[in-house]
Amino acid sequence: MGTKTIENIEGQFEMFQILNENGEIVNKEAMPELSDEQLQELMRRMVYTRILDQRSISLNRQGRLGFYAPTAGQEASQLGSQFALDKEDWILPGYRDVPQIIWHGLPLYKAFLFSRGHYVGNQADGLNVLSPQIIIGAQITQTAGVALGLKKKGKKNVAITYTGDGGASQGDFYEGMNFAGAYSAPAIFVVQNNRFAISVPVEKQSAAKTIAQKAVAAGIQGVQVDGMDVLAVYKAVTDARERAINGEGPTLIETMTYRYGPHTMAGDDPTRYRSEDLDSEWEKKDPIVRFRKYLESKNLWSEEKENEVVDKAKEEIKAAIKQADSTPKQKVTDLISNMYEELPQNLREQYEEYSAKESK
Amino acid sequence: MAQMTMIQAITDAMRTELKNDENVLVFGEDVGQNGGVFRATEGLQKEFGEDRVFDTPLAESGIGGMSIGLALTGFRPVPEVQFFGFVYEVMDAISGQMARLRYRSGGSFHAPITVRSPFGGGVKTPELHADSLEGLMAQQPGLKVVIPSNPYDAKGLLISAIRDNDPVIFLEHMKLYRSFRQEVPEEEYTIEIGKAEVKREGTDITIVTYGAMVQASLKAAEELEKDGISAEVIDLRTVSPLDIDTIIASVEKTNRAIVVQEAQKQAGIAANVVAEINDRAILSLEAPVLRVAAPDTVFAFSAAEDVWLPDHTDIIEKATQVVNF
Repeated sequence: MGTKTIENIEGQFEMFQILNENGEIVNKEAMPELSDEQLQELMRRMVYTRILDQRSISLNRQGRLGFYAPTAGQEASQLGSQFALDKEDWILPGYRDVPQIIWHGLPLYKAFLFSRGHYVGNQADGLNVLSPQIIIGAQITQTAGVALGLKKKGKKNVAITYTGDGGASQGDFYEGMNFAGAYSAPAIFVVQNNRFAISVPVEKQSAAKTIAQKAVAAGIQGVQVDGMDVLAVYKAVTDARERAINGEGPTLIETMTYRYGPHTMAGDDPTRYRSEDLDSEWEKKDPIVRFRKYLESKNLWSEEKENEVVDKAKEEIKAAIKQADSTPKQKVTDLISNMYEELPQNLREQYEEYSAKESK
Repeated sequence: MAQMTMIQAITDAMRTELKNDENVLVFGEDVGQNGGVFRATEGLQKEFGEDRVFDTPLAESGIGGMSIGLALTGFRPVPEVQFFGFVYEVMDAISGQMARLRYRSGGSFHAPITVRSPFGGGVKTPELHADSLEGLMAQQPGLKVVIPSNPYDAKGLLISAIRDNDPVIFLEHMKLYRSFRQEVPEEEYTIEIGKAEVKREGTDITIVTYGAMVQASLKAAEELEKDGISAEVIDLRTVSPLDIDTIIASVEKTNRAIVVQEAQKQAGIAANVVAEINDRAILSLEAPVLRVAAPDTVFAFSAAEDVWLPDHTDIIEKATQVVNF
């Protein structure tokens, strides 16, 4: 009987898709209401973010950026979900989810400062975003709390968080979903299943056939989405958001995606654990290629438009790096003065010590 | 004024702040309808409603993470960790997350969270209930660690903790919960976090201590008095940050000191106090600063805890040793 139950559950989580890899609409009824301008804006953001990724990798290689987790391949998953949000919604990102907070309003130069470990890069400036979380899963229980807080304050907003297929193995993943479910809090949990947690394939993370089905254990909605299909991701998050603010509880969204690059720029070599065949299989599903085909078929996109975006991205990235470079270097005293609202005696003494050192 | 036990004073502090500030939320395992396993939140859900005083699912990490999320949306959470031995389950949320939120966000966000938790030996609990783990917390920058030794201080310190804009770990010694009553004002008052109190003045030796060891130290001081040794007893009340000035002023007067803690000896609060004395007042010392502490083992739950826990006789012994050095 137990075996039947699991088979029945797993059968419920077929991948939701609107736009197939040839750029054809295959699920017309599900098509979200997006204007031509919005469709173009989605494309613009994906192209821009792909350029940002390429430039970030090369800046990292030049030693001009620090910690960087490549994003190419995950644009639909990252940007389609953010596009469904209201400005006042909260984003609690994982370490690869810098694009979402940039499009939520974080200035680009701050993203670069975050990469360099400079605390100014983490300042939210009134945006409802946290800096990218390093501890896998810690953001998920926090999201339950933000969502519960929004509910208690009577806000019509949601908290959305991101992790990966590896993150779904953490205890905090389940605790966060379970808490949000128990309080019917307006949370959206996005698992970007890019198939590898650094090197460990998703098949080794769990006996579960899908990550989406883990929602069942928490008693919340779960859906598996084609994470290379920006329309499907947008639609799934839009629906989840609507349910959440209507008091119908949280949703777990598993987006099926792939990171083309390494885990981070700190020495990971994907050829040790991924085959070229698998890489090329996923590159055929590319979110930008398929969306370009779709938009071109509607006469909404052209090479000229794309080049404009590329040029603009390169120009803005250059300016942002310049701004990051001109931000005053971080001091140990900045660290000390941000530990507490009022400094205790030990830190007051250490502040004196380090301001003397740093003014030399 | 009313006579209150420490646990009544703690409930009273939460009631005071729930009344004062609509953003204060009290929650944890069994905290709502049941009023907490020690009844620390007795009657609060009835008085303030389920929206403000509520039960959580049984998951400490979830409680810690949720506290941070609630703080981000403008609340002042007062979560309970049912026993402090369970803190390992919520270490990341405390040390990895709430303690770093202010710095990590460059001051954009902060975590006005008071994590309350019972701890301390002498009440025959199962394993991982009674351990004195304040040293773990004190090593984490960004946290404050408060340990009251009596009902009056408990109320004033807890109100201060709840009003504090940084995370406070508020540790309540289980043996002190109902061991004695004290006059506690019904109106609100605060005791500054980070300030020690001289509980007894003396001239020959300083005993620096906190928590349940304050009572033991006062008892020891009385006995020492009979032997002609005048001991000054300092109750730290906050173990991080330390009130260094009060400690040093006393040591400069008495020229001798011992530090008493219930926790294991290694790497604890007492070691930190000794180091501060060495840094700042070594030339005032007539003798080495010794420590009274438990042995460096895990807590001897139930079976051997009477011997394992330091008591007033250990304090008298060490104090006499230092005075006769």
